[in-house]
Amino acid sequence: MGAGHSHPLHVHGHSAVHRLAPEAKVVAVFAFVFGVALTPREAFWAFALDAVALAVVAAVAKVPARFVLTRATVVAPFLGLALLLPFVADGPRTEVLGVAVAVEGLWGAWAIAARALLGVTASILLAATTEIPDVLKGFERLRVPPVLTQIAAFMLRYLEVVAGELGRMRTAMTARGYDPRWLWQAKPIAAGAGALFIRSYERGERVHAAMLARGWNGTMPELRGAPATTADWTRATLLPLVSLTAALAAALIART
Amino acid sequence: MHAPDGFLNLGTAVATGAISAGAVGASLRQTGQTLKEKQIPLAGVSAAFIFAAQMFNFPVAAGTTGHLLGGALAAVLLGPSMGALVVTVVVVVQAIAFADGGLTALGYNVLNMAIVTAFGGWVVFRLTRRVLPATINGISAAAGLAALVSVVLSSMAFSVQWLFGATFAVDFATVFGAMVSVHLLIGVGEGVITMLAVRAVLAVRPDLVAGADGLDLDTAEVRPMRALTIGGIVVAFVVSMVVAQFAVDAPDGLERVAEDTGFIASAEDHALDSFIFADYATAGIENETLSLAIAGATGTIVTLAVGTGLFMAVRRREDEPLDHQPVG
Repeated sequence: MGAGHSHPLHVHGHSAVHRLAPEAKVVAVFAFVFGVALTPREAFWAFALDAVALAVVAAVAKVPARFVLTRATVVAPFLGLALLLPFVADGPRTEVLGVAVAVEGLWGAWAIAARALLGVTASILLAATTEIPDVLKGFERLRVPPVLTQIAAFMLRYLEVVAGELGRMRTAMTARGYDPRWLWQAKPIAAGAGALFIRSYERGERVHAAMLARGWNGTMPELRGAPATTADWTRATLLPLVSLTAALAAALIART
Repeated sequence: MHAPDGFLNLGTAVATGAISAGAVGASLRQTGQTLKEKQIPLAGVSAAFIFAAQMFNFPVAAGTTGHLLGGALAAVLLGPSMGALVVTVVVVVQAIAFADGGLTALGYNVLNMAIVTAFGGWVVFRLTRRVLPATINGISAAAGLAALVSVVLSSMAFSVQWLFGATFAVDFATVFGAMVSVHLLIGVGEGVITMLAVRAVLAVRPDLVAGADGLDLDTAEVRPMRALTIGGIVVAFVVSMVVAQFAVDAPDGLERVAEDTGFIASAEDHALDSFIFADYATAGIENETLSLAIAGATGTIVTLAVGTGLFMAVRRREDEPLDHQPVG
């Protein structure tokens, strides 16, 4: 566990966004993404507004744009899927650059791409400005059962350990000339997975025994910062306010 | 399978979210007191194991790799409720801390990847255990079959959600057919790896496997591989016949099936998919119904051939005496 407890998406900083109470940020991001999901797909301007709002948050938080964009490649497979939609969807067709494509598919592709990109960017900004234990604390304050947040906390704490063990097993197998190319050569990998489970489980037992010895009574002591103040909530509302208002306005415009 | 935001409409997201929350609540009650006091570190480290297992690339064919989903594996090792909770935590943390999968998509992502695979896999596992002997081979074979079916069930669940929540019109039958046939192949990999992993645990610490009640370590092992092979073929047959039926009903022709399968390939980043895609595309015949039927049949045969070949290959390797291993 010498390798630091931060996670790959966190960007260290002390900005106003970083300092915001985690539960306020979590609610804000969820509400923002819901606003994006509610936005009618014809309202290009509303999506643009949402993107600007996220850009402002990123600027305030001093999260580099390149960082956000490289991490956003997570949705690339789905964007690939979205690109294929115009060719497979039903309905009337139109010509784009001489190729017949379905109008519905074009709209679907645009909607998926826009919402997925805005959503993933919001998630990245949350992860970049909030340390994981804080996120979990925020969830606990939002009345998520502590059993779940504690499982998550243990998981994250031991993920590096287990992944490290996995890496060493992989290295050991490679060093012995194991280079599988077909599924029926997978037996050592599966046996390795079994061994990894036993080691993980036994580590869990040892950790549990050690915690009991140090007086653990089933709840984690409160070490994290104060709960959200009214000022926190007010500031956190700004982001979802943009997406929800834009969605509402777009819906009203579409109706008239 | 980590669908991003906006993939299905908001109503579906909310409805699946409610179902997932209900299932998680039920699992929490089920695991209840034991989890509260004693087993949280164990559950947490097991969750880390499942997370790591999803990074565990295994070879599929010609050097391409896939990775475990792990829902059925977690259910067999930890019991269905605990397994579902652990995989749920994994999926939620992946969305929140690693931005992998959308926040509004959490409802259906959790449902498909954790709830359906853990509970669906568990049901198959229990049913299969009734017919197989309570030996190490029998239990691990049941786990393998459960894992295979759980992946297919997951893809079916997604297709049904698509029916209700697609943000644009692509025919349900083609989505269903393409999703299920592709996941049948993915499921073969999942099944083989799960079977071997459960077997490795059973050999060393059978007490750690929740699904290993009544394990008989004394009886001399009969090879249950035949049972697994037959079971696998039956499942493959039933599912592919359903799939083929849907493919035949699809109105728009082979071009659509091909593109459809292609689009699943890009959705899943699973290199094996391009392979079945190629098989579908080769059947370029004029008559739409006929070509579709052939495409469906080809898929069935390819799936069966690959599946049977894998099972046989696994069995053959196990039969090899130890002194075939390289020395020094």
